[in-house]
Amino acid sequence: MGKTLFDKVWDAHVVDTIENGPQILYIDKHLIHEVTSPQAFNELEERNIPVFRPDQIVATADHNTPTINQHLPIKDELSRKQLEQLSENCHNNNITLYELGHKYNGIVHVMAPELGITQPGMTIVCGDSHTSTHGAFGTIAFGIGTSQVAQVFASQCLLLTKPKSLRVTVNGKLRNGVLSKDVILYIISKIGTNAGTGYFCEYAGDVFENMSMEGRMTVCNMSIEMGARGGMIAPDETTFEYVKGRKFAQKGEAFDKKVAYWKTLPTDDDAVFDKEYHFDAEDIEPMLTYGTNPGMGIKISEFIPETSDASFEKALDYMNFKKGETLIGKPINFVFIGSCTNSRIEDFRIAADYIKGKRKADNVTAWLVPGSKQVEAQIIEEGLKIIFDDAGFELRQPGCSACLAMNDDKILQGEYCVSTSNRNFEGRQGQGARTILASPLMAAATAVEGKIIDITKQLN
Amino acid sequence: MEKFITLKATAIPLDIENVDTDQIIPARFLKVTNRDGFGKNLFRDWRFQNDGGINTDFILNQSQFAGPILVAGDNFGCGSSREHAAWALTDYGFKVIVSSFFADIFKGNALNNGLLPVQVSPQFLKELMTTITADPKTKINVDLEAQTIGIDGSNHSEAFHIDAYKKTCMINGYDDIDYLLSKRETIKAFEKTLQA
Repeated sequence: MGKTLFDKVWDAHVVDTIENGPQILYIDKHLIHEVTSPQAFNELEERNIPVFRPDQIVATADHNTPTINQHLPIKDELSRKQLEQLSENCHNNNITLYELGHKYNGIVHVMAPELGITQPGMTIVCGDSHTSTHGAFGTIAFGIGTSQVAQVFASQCLLLTKPKSLRVTVNGKLRNGVLSKDVILYIISKIGTNAGTGYFCEYAGDVFENMSMEGRMTVCNMSIEMGARGGMIAPDETTFEYVKGRKFAQKGEAFDKKVAYWKTLPTDDDAVFDKEYHFDAEDIEPMLTYGTNPGMGIKISEFIPETSDASFEKALDYMNFKKGETLIGKPINFVFIGSCTNSRIEDFRIAADYIKGKRKADNVTAWLVPGSKQVEAQIIEEGLKIIFDDAGFELRQPGCSACLAMNDDKILQGEYCVSTSNRNFEGRQGQGARTILASPLMAAATAVEGKIIDITKQLN
Repeated sequence: MEKFITLKATAIPLDIENVDTDQIIPARFLKVTNRDGFGKNLFRDWRFQNDGGINTDFILNQSQFAGPILVAGDNFGCGSSREHAAWALTDYGFKVIVSSFFADIFKGNALNNGLLPVQVSPQFLKELMTTITADPKTKINVDLEAQTIGIDGSNHSEAFHIDAYKKTCMINGYDDIDYLLSKRETIKAFEKTLQA
């Protein structure tokens, strides 16, 4: 029987197998940030264990950083101390850190791919559930807890039981105005938030084959929102072309050798998955969420379902929406374009392309938060900032920002935010804030109109 | 890590599905750099009103319900990988979480902190919820050695699954670092075989 992409990468990293127990999996790259690493460093220090492979760790500050005036000292004492702790820990352990203000600083899942740290066939972990993003390169990448961060520090390995395999295939041609974000929101709305629990997912079919690396990262990013530890897409010419020439990518012959290996990774024709789903690209429309988990999504033309269930009703109550109603026409006062899901250059090009020549509605506060310093520089270089400025949008500095509202970028109590981020949980974007997940195009259109519109009507 | 062998205690029914780790511990409390004291902010935005007042509707604020076992709805612990969620639950005093389904990362984090996730059938979960709600003094028996969970004083019980390796760790209070450190030479040998 043939092997899946996942099998091939996993099997190449198994150090040892415990009888009737987990396997020891070798980790190629370990990404860390300020929020989930300090306790792991403390643990190593308390137990007098050195960091085993500091060269395979890369750190950035992203979760708890301000997105304005990054050159000034951070006002919030706890946040400042957390960043200082990261710097101190990295310095003491010889770990590369792209701290606040560094030209490579950014959201961990934006920064690593754009530097060529992320490459096909690797195992990558980070104390962050959206580590699944890196699976877009055909890499096994998944989020871990802080105890596991300490384990990787100590041994560059993790004890894991091999997950089951799942494949989601989407074939056909996407309709006008349907973006990669809509594809993944559609999939989650169809299969639910725990369909992937216990599985590693592969996305297959021409919809993903035709996507850019940015689009593939958006899809893989949200794998965790259907419960899957990670999602992968087979590496191909699009992948090789993206990695080629990046800072940490091999050069010349060494790169060619890598590519030759990467070409052996795609799933064999006769490989069998534990579970499979198939969807038709033509069935997908621009998507919106109406509830408090990412599975509660509908197409723009659909109405909120009439489900009778306590958890469902609790969610609608929180969102102040009614069963059977449409979201079209709902007034919206906040729009956020950013997060590790949608803060790459392509996302800002899409937003700018729509916004150009239009103006932000007066009732809307619109935050554009690039995923990294490099994305920020590119926005300026490509002239997108001028478009945003002219339209009344605020381009802020890189970071996780209002996706998790750990810093000051919080949506106000009771307000709706059309957001390109990944989670619409209660209070995720601020206490009492109500999140509607959408694509960068839908978010840009909402900001211009001051309410939710059916974007397809404008495009067709 | 603290050992876990058996527990006979009362439980708190949290009849909500898809409890995510943002609810267990909101992001704004993740700014500290140690593992202590997260219990006071456990389920912060459900336990307290926005003005800081107690939300008396929330189950943890109803004094008839108490105990180190939390019985929660399907898909508990979904969302963010923050281990702070497991720290908040243990700091508050929970030793066992019962649900019909756990999110992967949370489950691993719980096991790494001596907090036992017990997965039961949806039917048994419903029975536990109903029984505890009707009589908050009901005791629940959790036996990790035998891998069973039951309602005390009745013959209603169920077997639960746990990875054999993790079971040994929980019973003996071992953690994965000890094991991985013992394998360093094997790991070094493996590194030499990796594709350059």
